[in-house]
Amino acid sequence: MTQGILKRGWSELPDLFRRMSGDEKHEWAATSTLPALWTLYDRVLNVSPERVEDPDRDRFLLSKGHGPMAYYAVLAAKGFLDPSTLDDWTDYGSPLGQHPDRVLVPGVEIGAGSLGHGLALGVGQVLGLRAQGRTAPRVFVLVGDGEFDEGSNHEAIALAGRLGLDQLTVVAIDNGSASHGWPGGMASRFSVEGWDTVSVDGRDQEALYRAFTEAHPGRPRAVVAVIREEGAE
Amino acid sequence: MTAADFAGTKTALALASSDVTMREAFVETVTAAMDTDPRIAVVTADISAGNFAEARSRHPERVVNVGIREQAMIGVAGGMALTGLRPVAHSYAPFLIERPFEQIKLDLGHQDVGAVLVSIGASYDDPVWGRTHQAPGDVALIDTLPGWTIHVPGHQDEVRALLSTALAGDDRVYLRLSTRRNSRAHSVEGFTAVRTGSKGVVVAVGPMLDSVLAATSTVDVTVLYAATVRPFDHAGLRAAVGSNANVVLVEPYLRGTSAHKVATALADVPHRLLALGVGREEEVRAYGTAEQHDVVHGLDTAGLHHSITHFLG
Repeated sequence: MTQGILKRGWSELPDLFRRMSGDEKHEWAATSTLPALWTLYDRVLNVSPERVEDPDRDRFLLSKGHGPMAYYAVLAAKGFLDPSTLDDWTDYGSPLGQHPDRVLVPGVEIGAGSLGHGLALGVGQVLGLRAQGRTAPRVFVLVGDGEFDEGSNHEAIALAGRLGLDQLTVVAIDNGSASHGWPGGMASRFSVEGWDTVSVDGRDQEALYRAFTEAHPGRPRAVVAVIREEGAE
Repeated sequence: MTAADFAGTKTALALASSDVTMREAFVETVTAAMDTDPRIAVVTADISAGNFAEARSRHPERVVNVGIREQAMIGVAGGMALTGLRPVAHSYAPFLIERPFEQIKLDLGHQDVGAVLVSIGASYDDPVWGRTHQAPGDVALIDTLPGWTIHVPGHQDEVRALLSTALAGDDRVYLRLSTRRNSRAHSVEGFTAVRTGSKGVVVAVGPMLDSVLAATSTVDVTVLYAATVRPFDHAGLRAAVGSNANVVLVEPYLRGTSAHKVATALADVPHRLLALGVGREEEVRAYGTAEQHDVVHGLDTAGLHHSITHFLG
């Protein structure tokens, strides 16, 4: 279904956004992820509509499944989705819900929505790839700072750190939405478990690109993408 | 309590007859299958991790112990399955099924991938550990999720047969092991008539069979044996029941777990159903032996005999 679909650029994302109607309650969250999503799909991940089944593709796991408009817009821009699919999203029969479903959307690696599942799935993917001798593919998991409250994340963070899974990168979007906050910042939670960590401006695509592509041998990497409210800086 | 507390426990029967426990049959079968099937991977959360040392030495990348992190255990299994592996996840029943239940629902089912979940401990294999280590509701919980095969073997040889099939597939399988077991193995294909009679049909699930046979030795009933309860052998039960029947369901977990399946199987025939199993009404705050808990739940030979004969009239 994606053959021959024009791939679009960053400047066309607002139009793709506008095609998704309805009372999106997580619009702020959706836009906070857009620079990181775009940087990954435009410059980092070796994925394309033609290789969604390729075992050596990189994987992107949207663990924080809510606010998926940015994700759908990027998938449409990159040819995974026909843009017309965006027009009736969340309707009965549409493959696009308020939470993505991997079974319904080509290129979506996991179904998400309930918080705190993507990180362990990503750890399992790295272990599965490694067990098959596939050491080249990288697995990126996007989590939010609110989602970070879920204890399941911390099981996975400790495990990935101990196992030294350098094929794994977590993109942690920190827009200050966790009810009780993370004293010392989210990065400290990863670094104490042995992760290579870096904090960047979550809207700075060059900084994100560097953070996603720098080597981190023998350790998983956490990229904390700090999002400040528009106008606050 | 540590993983070592669970390591290598054998029943007195097993020690006396020099045969193996269901868990040992599980470990042996998986370890052997890993040599020939590169898809198979094992994920543990400390419990029984030491039992897979041989498998780990031969296949270090495919035997993962995540520590005492059961949510991560199921999530990791789901991730492995997404890359094409056949994960086997294992722990004590409450920690395998109840604690990470949402991971089972989402990281396996919702992702549309399979795994083989293998539990030990059953409903109350060793009551000295108390309520925390009892999972009479495990089968009922899995039964709320679509697409699961549920095996409740009654003998270690049945474990080998069921597991070999499960490992070769790519679906979602729950294999419930127990230290309770029957004196010999029976067919694991559908429901098998172990005895035939005219006053009713008793379905004995897994380790309940020997007790059911003893309880009905003087009762004119058909006894069906079931090592697999999902899918439920509707046709097998319907055929055994005939035109008008008294049906007794004897399950080693929560009472009535398969009652709705009996209703489905017998929708076109007048019938009465007595569902026996672990009681739902109260938490049994007592230690002791599994046999003592059988008495509490009416699952001992005398209790079964009383319930079945009273029901048949």
